[in-house]
Amino acid sequence: MKEILVLAEHRQGQWRDITFEMLSKARQLAESFGSEVHAVVLGKGVANSTDALRPMAHRVLLVEDERLEAFNSETYQTVLAQLITERKPLLTLIGHSTLGMDLAPNLAVQLKMPLATDCIGIDGKDGSFVLTRQIYGGKINSTVLFNKPGPYLVTLRAGTFPVLQRDSLQGDIIPLASPLTDGNLPKRFLAYVEAALGGVDITQADILVSVGRGIKGPENLPLVKEFAEAIGGTLSCSRPVVDKKWLPKGCQVGTSGKTVKPKIYLAVGISGAFQHIAGMKGAGTVIAINKDPKAPIFGVAHYGIVGDLFKIIPALKEKAKGLKQR
Amino acid sequence: MNIIVCVKRVPETAEADLVIDKTGRDVIKSGLVFDLNEWDSYAIEEAIRLKEKKEGHVTVISMGGEEANESLRKCLAMGADDAVRLTDPAFEGADGYATAKVLAESIGKLPFDLILTGTQAEDDGYGQVGGALAELLGIPHATVVNQIEVEGKKLKVHRELEGGLEEILEIDLPALLTIQTGINEPRYVSIMGIRKVAKKEIKVLGAKDLTLVANETGLSGSDTRIEKISFPPTTGAVKMIEGNPEEVALNVLNILKNKGGLA
Repeated sequence: MKEILVLAEHRQGQWRDITFEMLSKARQLAESFGSEVHAVVLGKGVANSTDALRPMAHRVLLVEDERLEAFNSETYQTVLAQLITERKPLLTLIGHSTLGMDLAPNLAVQLKMPLATDCIGIDGKDGSFVLTRQIYGGKINSTVLFNKPGPYLVTLRAGTFPVLQRDSLQGDIIPLASPLTDGNLPKRFLAYVEAALGGVDITQADILVSVGRGIKGPENLPLVKEFAEAIGGTLSCSRPVVDKKWLPKGCQVGTSGKTVKPKIYLAVGISGAFQHIAGMKGAGTVIAINKDPKAPIFGVAHYGIVGDLFKIIPALKEKAKGLKQR
Repeated sequence: MNIIVCVKRVPETAEADLVIDKTGRDVIKSGLVFDLNEWDSYAIEEAIRLKEKKEGHVTVISMGGEEANESLRKCLAMGADDAVRLTDPAFEGADGYATAKVLAESIGKLPFDLILTGTQAEDDGYGQVGGALAELLGIPHATVVNQIEVEGKKLKVHRELEGGLEEILEIDLPALLTIQTGINEPRYVSIMGIRKVAKKEIKVLGAKDLTLVANETGLSGSDTRIEKISFPPTTGAVKMIEGNPEEVALNVLNILKNKGGLA
């Protein structure tokens, strides 16, 4: 029986959401060809919290070792390479997270496994898989096939696959011996640190007016800030604005920044990379202003305006001021 | 320190109206503006800064046709010392793995202490080449790096994780790092700057120079292939607001009021 292995992802004692998203998808796939889902947990002192995975896996394979306490691609790769070589799963799923990005390409090369990264769709077909990926900044979807036989390695995009409510599988926890040996690793984990943020706490705002690359330059920020203030909103932004140092990191909405859930989210000149959308899709009402009618942001917006923000924001600012005076 | 930076020339598609070509596997490229991949511009800048701090030599490598010279010259104008272009009809259609194999073959012949790549490319977004290249070369790696300090024969690096968290790692040289945007502010390159390096030699290497077998590279050496491409399905949920800026503004303010945004 060819199982599907899912690498459970955890950090600082917490399961990452991608773990459950992958397990849910893996179960669907496994059912379609009469297979099983086996979760793989690598860590130290995680046996108790591993219970959380049992409903979603036929088995939970647990490798505990103090050298697996914090993620290090070196140790993870050694353990997974051995597991995959021994068990020959049809498919191994890893998250396309900062963990998976550090691990999957190397593991694939070591084991000569065909790899497809950052997939937003996966279906079984004739013993292989059909994958969906996004290219050109999310403006195009590509259907991808493997050129070679498995076992296959696929990384899945976080926040894309729903966690379906199902009956519990009550999978047994199977402890496995750690294959790690003493020896110096060429890469050593030292510590976690919080990125320096700066700026106001955007997670508390009811209205966020968020600017992206379309703002062109820091000289145009006051225009949007004044409008935000006129409607009692807070200024936030997408990644490129922080990369260019136009606003502090604390203003950034998205995967590597803040996740926000304001009542109103106005996206101004933001194309809507998935990392951004992951941080704001919980907003009550999303209004997007963008020049490009095919910008991915319109896929999550409730209201859309195709046009020049440098014409629309001044008009909005004027009308908003008028409102206040009345 | 000898630093090698792998770069890619990519089309800018954020505001472009994309059209699917006859093969159904790619978009029509003519009419698109191309530039150095954004992640790579941070990688080359970081390499030049390391060189300026510690002295060293920066070689920039790109796989692609003659048009890739444009990106290589930009890197030379920024301060790279040498440029190499890897080109062969046999390299075409490469996925992340097949690209890494060609890069590994060419880099294996050069002296290096550090290899930098972008974390991913703007166009195909594999995020795969850096890690695969490190594995092929048998050197340690770290991805999504947003801070580098050199400490003798090792580096102290920060990796950007999710939710504003970073991890600090120590990594022995030689090593490969994939660079995240925002790590620095890439310097501006003027047309004059590009002109100054217009005559600088760009070394060109093909499959024969790299002792690669044809079925190891390009589409036939790839793990994956694109079967077809399509426009993402539209959700249809979005209501478009049309009119002149004043009309749009009134409409938006009404929505704000109705949705509880304005008192």
